[in-house]
Amino acid sequence: MSAQHNAPIVRPPAEGARWKRLISLDNRYVAPIFITCILIAGHLSFGILESYRKTGLAIIASILTELLLGRLFFGKWPNLASAYITGISVGILVRSPAFWPYVLCSVISITSKYVLRVKGRHIWNPSNFGISVLLFLAADTVASLSIQWGNYLWPMLVIWVLGSVIIWRLRRFHISGIYVVSFVAFAFLRSWIIGSPWQSEIAPITGPMYQLFVFFMITDPKTTVRSKLGQCVVVFLVASLEMVMRLDQVIYAPFYALFIVGPTAMLIEIWLDSRRAKLASARA
Amino acid sequence: MTFGRPAKVLLTIIFIGLLAIPIVIQRISARRAAEDVNLDRKSALARYGFRFEEVSHAAGVNFVHQAPTFDHRLDPIMPEVASMGASVSIVDYDRDGWPDIYVTNSAIGSKNALYRNMGDGTFKDVAEELGIADVNQPGTGVSTGAVWGDYDNDGYEDLLLIKWGKPELFHNDQGHGFTRVSEQAGLPAWLNASTALWFDYDGDGLLDLFIGGYYSEDVDLWHLQTTRIMPESFEYAKNGGRKYLFHNLGNGKFEEVSGKLGINSKRWALASSAADLRGSGHPDLFVANDYGVSELYFNDGKQFREVGEQTGVGFAPKSGMNVAFGDILNDGRYSVYVSNISEEGVLIQGNNLWVPKEGTSGDKLQYENLARDFGVELGGWSFGAQFGDLNNDGALDLYLTNGYISLDRNRSYWYDFSKVAGGNSSIISDAKNWPAFEGRSLSGYQSKRVWLNDGAGKFINVAQAVGVTDTYDGRAVALVDLWNRGVLDVVVANQKGPLLIYKNDVSPANQWIEFDLEGTASNRSAIGAQVTLFWKGHQQVQEVSGGSGFASQNERRLHFGLGRDPQVEKAVIRWPSGKVQTIDKPAAGQILKIKEPL
Repeated sequence: MSAQHNAPIVRPPAEGARWKRLISLDNRYVAPIFITCILIAGHLSFGILESYRKTGLAIIASILTELLLGRLFFGKWPNLASAYITGISVGILVRSPAFWPYVLCSVISITSKYVLRVKGRHIWNPSNFGISVLLFLAADTVASLSIQWGNYLWPMLVIWVLGSVIIWRLRRFHISGIYVVSFVAFAFLRSWIIGSPWQSEIAPITGPMYQLFVFFMITDPKTTVRSKLGQCVVVFLVASLEMVMRLDQVIYAPFYALFIVGPTAMLIEIWLDSRRAKLASARA
Repeated sequence: MTFGRPAKVLLTIIFIGLLAIPIVIQRISARRAAEDVNLDRKSALARYGFRFEEVSHAAGVNFVHQAPTFDHRLDPIMPEVASMGASVSIVDYDRDGWPDIYVTNSAIGSKNALYRNMGDGTFKDVAEELGIADVNQPGTGVSTGAVWGDYDNDGYEDLLLIKWGKPELFHNDQGHGFTRVSEQAGLPAWLNASTALWFDYDGDGLLDLFIGGYYSEDVDLWHLQTTRIMPESFEYAKNGGRKYLFHNLGNGKFEEVSGKLGINSKRWALASSAADLRGSGHPDLFVANDYGVSELYFNDGKQFREVGEQTGVGFAPKSGMNVAFGDILNDGRYSVYVSNISEEGVLIQGNNLWVPKEGTSGDKLQYENLARDFGVELGGWSFGAQFGDLNNDGALDLYLTNGYISLDRNRSYWYDFSKVAGGNSSIISDAKNWPAFEGRSLSGYQSKRVWLNDGAGKFINVAQAVGVTDTYDGRAVALVDLWNRGVLDVVVANQKGPLLIYKNDVSPANQWIEFDLEGTASNRSAIGAQVTLFWKGHQQVQEVSGGSGFASQNERRLHFGLGRDPQVEKAVIRWPSGKVQTIDKPAAGQILKIKEPL
């Protein structure tokens, strides 16, 4: 049979389908486009970037590291969507008057994907790893975004609604949803335990740092467990550990909680997978 | 993978190396900081050319600032809302040739002090007998700052007192007493300001007045209508106090013209100063705002234009707490120093040193922040700072005080502060949502900075080595040659702390010259007069200021360090009236008294 005969019959798409295809985006590009929109909107409305150069540096360092390591270790040019998100997250979340932390954080973040691997899977969300490491090791030079975007209601609502729609489309809304509900419940619990105003306990999640954390870090497909139930349990555990850390007044509790819980869950899943595979091969 | 195990091992080693970089940088910085600490007097003089000795007690000054106590609904965060009010300004109120010191107090019933310089190394508080001590009475608010200027050109400096409350203008009755003229002058009944300055914005020879509000003027901190008095945002707040520009009508009255002339901000002003940044002949106005961007107003003598974004200084929001101008590169142009907050691991805003960009001038003037390059970026929770040549080597140095709230050394409020600061406006703006301080510190017990300018674009901190070892909650800094010795001494006002007088001991090898100016066609205080000094290939410009730094005013005399064996070519004085006067080859080592030629 000729190739022509074997080729599937291609019919011209219906008008509606063509239109749908035009406005549809490959899921890989939804998150980068969303984070770019947040960056541009935040910058144009509130000037969130102290320096274009720093954010640019973070993105460039991230992309170059990905290109280099991807080519060297996998023999092909990697898709750069993930590196772009990492770079832009570093550019927004890292606050430092110096330039080197932006470069270093991006390089560490991307390199961690290639070094810290178990059974072919990297176990830390890259930007969570890079930012946590820098906050821990370079506290004299680096802080993280905890304020900005005006603290006003409307920008916050727009980002939450848009982010929720997008994350729904990516079928990961349950992760963000469970985290937010857990955070709020724990906020009231903390308020009850330590006697502080509940508004002050809720306050952090109304800020932009959490928007990036909720939509981009905890939902990263590469560094979350596979089952939906597992994802819900893991993100609840992240919120739980964060609650404990907050009682101990750890300022960057969400980053550190994810830093600890995320890889632990991944390792457990990898171990369970390998155990299942062994059992299956033994049965075979 | 295309590369095998060796490549992975190599990458792992590189990865570990990357992780080690911050640790190595931290170690190097710590080692540098540890050098030069606590040199003895002789060694400090030999190495840096100067050393300070704190002499307040020996000089008879035992002033301790008291903080206010506001409405009980603010009790949980009282340390924060009552964290400002200590100020210092220098004046020769009786024209005896010896600079005197005025300091504010901020508890209801507490008294401000005017330390008369007795000329023998001691001071005597004469505020009570002159009628400017008991100014913090119930119902009138409490003092937050004071600036001096001869608004009626009678030769004696008058006092403007700003408050959380009723601002007051006191007329100086030829050094024998003060008369309260606030109502006649037309000052508002109530405002909440932390910054004010005298300047002659329209060049009519009469000093005008700028006052920058912090809390909204409808807030009475002792009798709150609501607890929603806090900033609506940590970085973009526009719910602060309004700004006032009082035009001096010349008959003892002032007309408020801010809105008419283009100053409409409601940001949270903490510091302001004015200088002719463009060579236009008119003083431009720089305002540093807490919870937001700085504002720069270009002044054409009749109208102000806000050009913060255009010039680059009003782009990144921080916590501006200081405005000081200094020709740090000896190129005849002012840089501007704005202090902010830096707390390790929490908030690294970094202070701003706005240096004019090469190739920009006039209306196209632009600035770039070179604080990091110059080494004056990190100063803790920074407050007042002033430029001055502390070792008379010919380059302007920088003295910075800092420290916010020093309570329990072992417990910090930073976690709670960062929690609320990131919250939505409805949360942050209401004081009742803020967690209680409960005796915790917030960036307390901080080491001060004395940054020595090497003249080539680098500053090094020598505070500990030259004897500045206090860790009080510093607010205002004023530089003054207290004993007419040709050196700059430093007076520091501390919140809930003692007034410190750092007497400067400078290596005699370095020379100096000072200019004591008096206007005739210009305002008599000569505020706004510029002196450009030319010597040995150097050129440095300084301007008489009606208020600079944070809640402070340096002495009006201009002090120039000249280094060794100077041959001063000339001093060019540009008076606010526009007159230009040149003095050829003035001798070093003298205080030149110059009256504006008619």
